[in-house]
Amino acid sequence: MSRFKHGWWLLALAIFIAYPLVETNPAYTTIGIFTLIFMACATSWNMFSGYSGYVNLGSAVFYGSGAYTMALFANHLHMAGNGDLFWLVPLGGVVASIIAIPVGLVALRVRRHTFVVITIAIFFVFQLSAINFSFTGGTSGMQLPFIPWFITNYNVPFYYVALGIVVFAALLSAVVRRSRFGLQLLAIRDDEDRAAGLGVRVFAVKLTGFALSAFAVGMGGALYAMFIGQIYPQFVFDPIFDISIALMAIFGGLGTFIGPLLGALVLESTQQLLTLKYSNGSLYLIIFGGVFLIVILFMPQGVVVAIRDAWARRAARRDGRVTVGATVNPGATS
Amino acid sequence: MTTWAPLLRFEGVIAGYGGGDVLKGVNYSMEEGGVTCIVGPNGSGKSTLLKTVSGLLRPRLGQIFFKGEPIVGRSPREILKLGIVQVPQQHSLFREMTVHENVELGAFLVKDRSVVAERMAMVREMFPIVAERAKDKAGSLSGGQQRLVEFARCLMLEPELVVLDEPSMGLDPKTLRIMLDTVKMMNSMGRSILLVEQNARQGLKLSSHGVVLENGQVRLSGTGDEVLNNPDIAALYLGGSVRAKMAASTSEVKENT
Repeated sequence: MSRFKHGWWLLALAIFIAYPLVETNPAYTTIGIFTLIFMACATSWNMFSGYSGYVNLGSAVFYGSGAYTMALFANHLHMAGNGDLFWLVPLGGVVASIIAIPVGLVALRVRRHTFVVITIAIFFVFQLSAINFSFTGGTSGMQLPFIPWFITNYNVPFYYVALGIVVFAALLSAVVRRSRFGLQLLAIRDDEDRAAGLGVRVFAVKLTGFALSAFAVGMGGALYAMFIGQIYPQFVFDPIFDISIALMAIFGGLGTFIGPLLGALVLESTQQLLTLKYSNGSLYLIIFGGVFLIVILFMPQGVVVAIRDAWARRAARRDGRVTVGATVNPGATS
Repeated sequence: MTTWAPLLRFEGVIAGYGGGDVLKGVNYSMEEGGVTCIVGPNGSGKSTLLKTVSGLLRPRLGQIFFKGEPIVGRSPREILKLGIVQVPQQHSLFREMTVHENVELGAFLVKDRSVVAERMAMVREMFPIVAERAKDKAGSLSGGQQRLVEFARCLMLEPELVVLDEPSMGLDPKTLRIMLDTVKMMNSMGRSILLVEQNARQGLKLSSHGVVLENGQVRLSGTGDEVLNNPDIAALYLGGSVRAKMAASTSEVKENT
């Protein structure tokens, strides 16, 4: 069974690796890059919010921090516009994780709904700071070194680095899910007080998870900045980003391993395609609204869990067994 | 005056919630290796006393000693490390996690993975439900099954003292029998058991020692049989002879008049 599952993962990875070799149109490889960045961010977001139940609506803090890290270091170190800039991508992740510690020290003192409100408030503090500080370039944002690569191949290195970030985020999420640390996050999601009663160091576990989840989001932000070449505070500290990655994870299946990957793959690529085909930046919002209504009303645990449960019920019917509700764990890796 | 070294000793424990004291000076020494059952009317402080043992409630005054070591003020985590595990009154499994994950969490303080695996194998053998329903969500189990998984989880730390808060609550007679047998089995494995039981007769029959708590103080203590057969206690808390006692006191009044 495990080999069978690994085979599917390897096949998916092979398809992603082959994509820019088969599809050379820069418009479509750009869609691929954005989709991969969102896949990494949604998976990373889910690693904390999905496993612990603490919904963070301020992830753009880490995305923006990663983007500004890339821009500030590239400019202050007078780096040339070439592949060396990719070395700053992990640095974006490190800075985002470091920033997550004081943010978490403040936000994680409260629980659930209050936590959501605090993360939104902290997000606006960062956005307004980026707009008002001079070292961030204020409203004019920051320019990155120009990369003089030929247009037809320009996207390819970005695509593979983005794919690398996705693989990293997915592996980290899987390792966390299978570890005792992940078990503690899940226990916190179910009942924080009971978890504490079993000896779980609740605050330390939450803070560690929060900082870990910031890492890939920060790397995504850094890669985005390098790819676009110019950043503005309102685009890297973007409230739509906060909501988007949360909705992608919820759409796919909150707390599942595959859900956020699938959610981001479907929703981000659809959004990009709609924008490309119809040149209407808002059309996707109407379609997404309808899709989310359907998912929340009929599949509140997300598409992945709904499919898995339907499959389990079908198998039970076939075997003549009776099932009551879901028999599988939504947090299980699959 | 005890001549033996007690496993758990309460010294003038005063504790409560908010402004009021529920425990008003509890003094008691619990023997090692036995089953001690605390009985008493509702509101007498039975569950509160257990919370002070597991560190969930800090007494306002007094001290609790575990193997001679003071434990008041220690966190639940530190108390777990000492070897005291509590199974609370309400079902305490993580409903959205699997049975296996719930049991594994019981030993997460144990760093050595091979030890965890050994203990997991042991509890799977003792409690077949842990193996049979390993991948099912704990929330999908019946009340009795959840109780057994809770027992399995508490044994993962190989505790010296197991604290059970009304383990029979909400169980049907068949499951209750299994639960009582399980408590005996845990005791025969060398675990000392401190339990609070609403079904006082059942609890005291099972126990080597009994404690009657009334209004936040120990009113009577002794062996399980002594407490069970004490006529006053039987009349007041065990139900059986209340009517007879009332009838006797009514006839006494008539004779006097």
